[in-house]
Amino acid sequence: MSNDIRIKKGLDIKLQGEAEKAISTAIFSNFCTVKPSDFHSIIPKLVTKEGVKIKAGEPLFYNKTNKEMLFVSPVSGEVIEVRRGEKRKILSIKLRADQQQVFKDFGVFDFNNATAQTVKEHLLASGCWPFIKQRPYDVIANPEKQPKAIFVSGHATAPLVADTDFILQGKEAQLQAAITAIKKLTDGQIHVSVGKKAVSAFNNIEEITLHTVSGPHPSGNVGTQINKIDPVNKGEVVWIIAPQDLVIIGDLLLTGKFNAERIVAMAGAMVKKPRYFKTIIGSEVATMIYDNGIEKDANARIISGNVLTGTKIAPDGYLGYYDNTLTIIPEGNDYELFGWNKPVFNKVSTTRAMTFSWLFPKKKYNLNTNTNGEHRAFVLTCQYEEVFPLDILPMQILKACMYQDLDEMEALGMYEVAPEDFALTEFVCVSKQPHQEIIRKGLDLMLKEIG
Amino acid sequence: MGLKQNLHNFKEKNKDKKWLPLFSAFHTFLYAPNEVTSKGTHIKGADDLKRTMNTVIMALIPCLIFGMFNAGYQHFAAINGYTEGMSFLSGDFWNLQNFMVGFKKILPLVIVSYVVGLGVEFIFAIIKGHEVEEGYLVTGMLVPLIVPIDIPLWMLSVAVIFGVVIGKEVFGGTGMNIMNPALIIRAFLFFAYPTWMSGDKVWVSGAVKRTQEIADGAQLDAISGETILGSLAQGKEIAHSIWDMFYGFIPGSVGETSTLLILLGALFLIFSKIGSWRIMLSAVVGALVMGLLFNGISNAGWIGEGSKFYALMNTPFWQHLLIGGFAFGVVFMATDPVTASQTTKGKWIYGFLIGFISIMIRVFNPAYPEGVMLAILLMNVFAPTIDHYVVQGNVKRRLKRIKAKTA
Repeated sequence: MSNDIRIKKGLDIKLQGEAEKAISTAIFSNFCTVKPSDFHSIIPKLVTKEGVKIKAGEPLFYNKTNKEMLFVSPVSGEVIEVRRGEKRKILSIKLRADQQQVFKDFGVFDFNNATAQTVKEHLLASGCWPFIKQRPYDVIANPEKQPKAIFVSGHATAPLVADTDFILQGKEAQLQAAITAIKKLTDGQIHVSVGKKAVSAFNNIEEITLHTVSGPHPSGNVGTQINKIDPVNKGEVVWIIAPQDLVIIGDLLLTGKFNAERIVAMAGAMVKKPRYFKTIIGSEVATMIYDNGIEKDANARIISGNVLTGTKIAPDGYLGYYDNTLTIIPEGNDYELFGWNKPVFNKVSTTRAMTFSWLFPKKKYNLNTNTNGEHRAFVLTCQYEEVFPLDILPMQILKACMYQDLDEMEALGMYEVAPEDFALTEFVCVSKQPHQEIIRKGLDLMLKEIG
Repeated sequence: MGLKQNLHNFKEKNKDKKWLPLFSAFHTFLYAPNEVTSKGTHIKGADDLKRTMNTVIMALIPCLIFGMFNAGYQHFAAINGYTEGMSFLSGDFWNLQNFMVGFKKILPLVIVSYVVGLGVEFIFAIIKGHEVEEGYLVTGMLVPLIVPIDIPLWMLSVAVIFGVVIGKEVFGGTGMNIMNPALIIRAFLFFAYPTWMSGDKVWVSGAVKRTQEIADGAQLDAISGETILGSLAQGKEIAHSIWDMFYGFIPGSVGETSTLLILLGALFLIFSKIGSWRIMLSAVVGALVMGLLFNGISNAGWIGEGSKFYALMNTPFWQHLLIGGFAFGVVFMATDPVTASQTTKGKWIYGFLIGFISIMIRVFNPAYPEGVMLAILLMNVFAPTIDHYVVQGNVKRRLKRIKAKTA
């Protein structure tokens, strides 16, 4: 069964510096860091301490509200620093990696004859559970609830992100193993979406419902696909797994090792030679970005993730736990003479108010991090709808989050959304409102009040 | 990097000063700020509120310039008589003599509107400690275009202060107001100083002064100029052809007369995606429907020629689009995104009702035969109600999804 999803509303932001499709192995980074902040709403309880030597796959901390849920080390080595912030909150756990990696052996898993219970226990114990996220609330899935369906987006449309078809090449065995195991966890279907003409590793995978998607970003966002395929209603839960994480899960099942290896795209206009890397979750990015990347002391924004939803990191920062793209674009910390009224040819806009990106639909832009204006109250209307394909009223739901009306947030569809769904509306917003932050705070409030 | 660096240093040095928003307001006009993204998306679209507002002002400029020429033309025509069958580019209209009359009258209106209005905005920005917002840039240009040319400047100042404070700032400033500030300013003038806002003297520059001089005993011919709507309301003969109305060679508020240039402005706003074509189109449809209904009533003979409503009801329905402030109001005032309906469907309803009610008020209110101002203000108040029902539609669709499942 194949279904066709066509997205009309949206916007492809075409940027310079797309990664060339050739994988090089990154210079092995000696340092690796896991940040609990990558796992939203999880309160970590440490099980290790500074100076301890651990193997890859051995736990660093667990979830305070669910002791079974372990978060494991991506590398083998020594824990050299546990950085804490206010009220002793754990900010990061830094490890020095061994030259020779040793893995904890979880044993080859017989996923064909497994039950939901054994799959669940295996994933929780091996540190693979955090790869499963859920909606509502866009947090790590609650293992006690059963999802009505599981979604995987095999189609990436955000600017400059790693091409899913490319990074999944040759990973069919891992994908199939992971899918077979995950299938036991739901009575519903596993919906996988791939690009319309894509040669995807998913094309020959069994036990999934395959959908083809076409149209501009956010057609590749899993939130868009959920909304078109089987939207989340009150009381329902769906799970989401990113395809690159399915590979890690598959590896675990087939080999018994927690193999945190990941193919990462280094892209962006600042990068000398944009390309793909094979590296490890949480690796220090310094070794990568200075190797045919950027100059030292370049006025650049380094982003773990894509330009719309990623996290700003320092040059000696670390690749996020879920990210498979490293984007480097110029900082925009400069004034622009008459920037508010002169005709604009080098920036992207959805209007035609003396902005001329509509004339050059194929042009690739070198956008910087300037806000192009100051923060204001909401003024323009029906502007977000043009880039927002979900059947949800974007401005009304944002306002409901701002005045924290839980009933209204629920009625307007808060259970269906994640911050990333509001990245494009945030990009086009004339009033420069922080949409993703507003939605995140709204979701957190609902999680706390309703649960 | 002389000026740029100096201004930057000045800003950094005075970061915590209360008056900084005042400096920033001018600074950001010269240089787009050096602010970078700190959370959420790392890149942002090219448009900001200043650019948006500037686009509307650009659409208004032709109306302003035309208004200056028309002021002179109406002034001399009231003394020497109208030129018949003038083409749009006629030299009888576009000449320096005409322009200077209007320029001397209208430039002070523009200056007073901006200085007083922005002054109030600055004061509020400093008191509340936020940046000066751009909302008044458009309001300040609209105000001189929707008042009679001879309006005393002090009246305008009082009205602007009232409009900005009561119409906008008490609600929280730009983006928070319920009714269109420019129309509140006009409505204030209209109810506070009615003799300056209607009648046959106020629309032509110099007419009021001349009347005063005659009363004082001067031997002069009185000059006057009635708007088309005024003439119709009183059942008088209309001195202007349809083309005069379309081009705008008729008496009226400063910038409202030229339907042609307003149409050009509308096309520019729609093309640049700043103005809502839904509101404009549905308002025109609403006006045509009401006009047709009235035409039907007069054609059916339900109303006699003696009736004071007859002339306006009998006006061919499409001519309503050309006369009075309808076109200007629909294109530039009804489309204000803050006070209009905020949902796509809501915009259709909102626009239609503005058109419909405008023509209704126009026909039934002989004392002040123009309805678009009151229609827009009325619909501003009802816009949240319209939106409420549109939003409920979305909510119901979501609830139905669950019902379909559990049933």
